Amino acid sequence: MTSESLAHPMTPRGFVWRRKSVLPGFGITFGYTLVYLGLIVLLPLAALLLRPADLGVDGFWKVVTAPRVLASLRLSFGASAIAALINAVFGLIVAWVLSRYQFPLKRLVDALVDLPFALPTAVAGIALTALYAPNGWIGHLFAPLGIKIAFTPLGIVIALTFIGLPFVVRTLQPVLLDLDKEVEDAAGSLGATRWQTFRLVILPSILPALLTGLSLAFARAVGEYGSVIFIAGNMPMKSEIAPLLIVTKLEQYDYAGAAAIAVVMLAASFVMLLVINMIQRWSRRHEERSA
Amino acid sequence: MNVETAIEKPVTNAVSTLVRAAAPRPVGAARTEPVWAQRLLIAVAVGFILIMLILPLASVFVEAFADGIGHYLSAIAEPDARSAIGMTLLVAAIAVPMNLIFGLAAAWAIAKFEFRGKSLLITLIDLPFSVSPVISGLIYVLLYGAHGWFGPFLAAHGIKIIFTVTGLVLATMFVTFPFIARELIPLMQEQGTDEEEAAVSLGASGLQTFFRVTLPNVAWGLLFGVLLCNARAMGEFGAVSVVSGHIRGLTNTMPLHVEILYNEYDFVGAFAVASLLALLALVTLVGKSVLEWRMGRDGSRGH
Repeated sequence: MTSESLAHPMTPRGFVWRRKSVLPGFGITFGYTLVYLGLIVLLPLAALLLRPADLGVDGFWKVVTAPRVLASLRLSFGASAIAALINAVFGLIVAWVLSRYQFPLKRLVDALVDLPFALPTAVAGIALTALYAPNGWIGHLFAPLGIKIAFTPLGIVIALTFIGLPFVVRTLQPVLLDLDKEVEDAAGSLGATRWQTFRLVILPSILPALLTGLSLAFARAVGEYGSVIFIAGNMPMKSEIAPLLIVTKLEQYDYAGAAAIAVVMLAASFVMLLVINMIQRWSRRHEERSA
Repeated sequence: MNVETAIEKPVTNAVSTLVRAAAPRPVGAARTEPVWAQRLLIAVAVGFILIMLILPLASVFVEAFADGIGHYLSAIAEPDARSAIGMTLLVAAIAVPMNLIFGLAAAWAIAKFEFRGKSLLITLIDLPFSVSPVISGLIYVLLYGAHGWFGPFLAAHGIKIIFTVTGLVLATMFVTFPFIARELIPLMQEQGTDEEEAAVSLGASGLQTFFRVTLPNVAWGLLFGVLLCNARAMGEFGAVSVVSGHIRGLTNTMPLHVEILYNEYDFVGAFAVASLLALLALVTLVGKSVLEWRMGRDGSRGH
């Protein structure tokens, strides 16, 4: 199937792959979709996937297992995992409170949850750095205790927590609102304490959504750049995240090296995507079974 | 009786109804959390939002006005800042309409027709969301940069893409690629094809059908997608940082200018430009809430 043949799909011959329709415009819109997708997304990604071939298998392996690269990958994935776990806990509480209780300014709090989606990452980065620097509003509270937050991996976790929060809250909210209250009532009338009901009735049914939100937050955090580089300190081997190392390699004109790290990160995010899809399929089965 | 094992198995609606019929709810059963627990949870949630979200937002404006309103205004009126604002508006003014046209075309083809490989196509459209911003810039350097695939060809013809506005626009188009399409596709699928088929059978042309029937039905969703796409286009940092070359007055967008000023220890200048971007974020949030309310969609979804 070539894009050439797709340009004229309205000709009546062939095309068993498409069901007939009286509506016009399939050929031009489908063709345009493929061309635009190809030029903007697929072609550049292909250039990335093929670039590390310059290095050969051994060269590729040497680049991605260099101590500095491994340290940056460990930091990116480790800090993202911690941030995702923090968001799982607090995101659950925020989503719970927003979908179950009434309190003043609730709508405002609800709208603000999306702030990390809307606020440019560079702005978030300098704002968090100003707050958590040793002389900042929050940093100066910890400085006397000898705890440094900005310019350490701790600061990276803070920035990644900021970035990931909406993913957990927004995945949980609709599920919490859809929960069948009758099942909870039944548990209550059978004598379960509220905590038992939460742990044994509510938690199992929101678990897939919680895991999905957690994975989305994690996936976003692994690739995050703008909000992290200001607060990170960017010390090689200590507080240098993988995306920054890609930029460093690029600035040294080490295209193949930059592409090699990028391919590793891309592979990781596709694994994440796969995991998220599996969780969602599993939860759909779960829903069907209990419906 | 062992409560835990009784409710550990998934309780079906049928069972729960039976149970309720058999045993009337005892007075004071644990149907909701005690008041102290509710208050505690609300306090934790609001406290977390306050520290993690509101404080950073507030600090942007406090730092921007740290030296008074005069300094703030002159930091924004400074020529490099003004050209960065212009560049950001220009990039968004190209990238958003491009993705809007794509989104409409893709949604029409995907939502109104049945063909094989549709779910693969939707997955591919969503792809840019799972690519790191830095990698989104890198792929264009690998394609059009001096040592890229088309680098020698472009150099021979005197065309520059990387370190120019074209590069900024391409990288921005990539990172905002799915926004409008993924908003429109489910919406147009929900609407079905009955109205369009009726219009066509009554003699309307394809374009008439689209503009008079389809578009009015998805107008709010379209605006929603444009709003999110624009916010990301104006605020993108990582991807444009890689392709821009940070040439002041030429290829510097607002987020990149914030970084330059910040690294030069011009904090008031950096936060002044950042405050404009924060305002954009607030306007986006208000617009998003209004549109969600108009579309009757409660509990917004993320992307």
